[in-house]
Amino acid sequence: MAKARVLIRPKEGILDPQGKAVERALPALGFEGVEHVRVGRMVELEAEDPAQLGELCEKLLANPLIEDYEIQTL
Amino acid sequence: MIWGVLQFPGSCDERDALHACTVASGEPARLIWHEERDLGGVDAVVVPGGFSYGDYLRAGAIARFSPAMEAVAEFAAAGGPVLGICNGFQVLCEAGLLPGALLLNESMRFLCRQLDLVVAPRDASTPPEGGQSNERREGVRLSIPAKHGEGRYYAPDEALDELEANGQVAYRYAPGQNPNGSARDIAGVRNEAGNVLGLMPHPEHAVDPLTGSTDGLRVFEAVAAAGAPA
Repeated sequence: MAKARVLIRPKEGILDPQGKAVERALPALGFEGVEHVRVGRMVELEAEDPAQLGELCEKLLANPLIEDYEIQTL
Repeated sequence: MIWGVLQFPGSCDERDALHACTVASGEPARLIWHEERDLGGVDAVVVPGGFSYGDYLRAGAIARFSPAMEAVAEFAAAGGPVLGICNGFQVLCEAGLLPGALLLNESMRFLCRQLDLVVAPRDASTPPEGGQSNERREGVRLSIPAKHGEGRYYAPDEALDELEANGQVAYRYAPGQNPNGSARDIAGVRNEAGNVLGLMPHPEHAVDPLTGSTDGLRVFEAVAAAGAPA
């Protein structure tokens, strides 16, 4: 079994209200100068055939219309 | 016309949809459990609101793989009328039966309010169903409640241009009432063939004067009229 990690994030140019909320909260905690916060998802999995991960991401883990994904095999 | 209403684990509006379908058509509607691969010969289908499969991963992402949704995809391809409401709209988008996607509301808040929808013209070049002139149908306002956390309609700009040019925008939020940041105030869209329609607001909750509006029935009638007999 191959371990893999899939990172899924909102596509560039799509408003990410979660990222905006986090960004706006930071100055109140004293963290200045943090910009372009984007909040996504991480999926960890183990696969017998890592070659199928791309298709798996396209069909289920990510919605390619609104999200980019990145597969990291570990 | 017999309507069928899908029921997923986590659906919560299927009972109101059943009632609305029954009121709209005058014939008792039927519930269709998500594991059924056969729609049982119904004439039209509602994919109802709720939180199918807990909305895990993304709203509608898991429900689209259910046996009943496979049957709905075949039914839609054959021209059968399909109405997706709220979570059902999300399911239809995830399934590729409707264009676009629904994102987290711009406010990040779950919203619940009565609002006005404006009926968009289907096609300027052909007379609409029912013999009404476009002039009479266009711009009609419907008072319908909306309640959702992920209802911000999104499609890339070129796709939105195409939807507008094809008359696939079915409903817009009335000016100043866009509650979630949807692109171009879009509240509902239909597929290219016109027989599949999805919207975020809930027409099934607006079918009785007791709850303030019966405008929701217009949505069920429009979908019933749009589909070919399956």
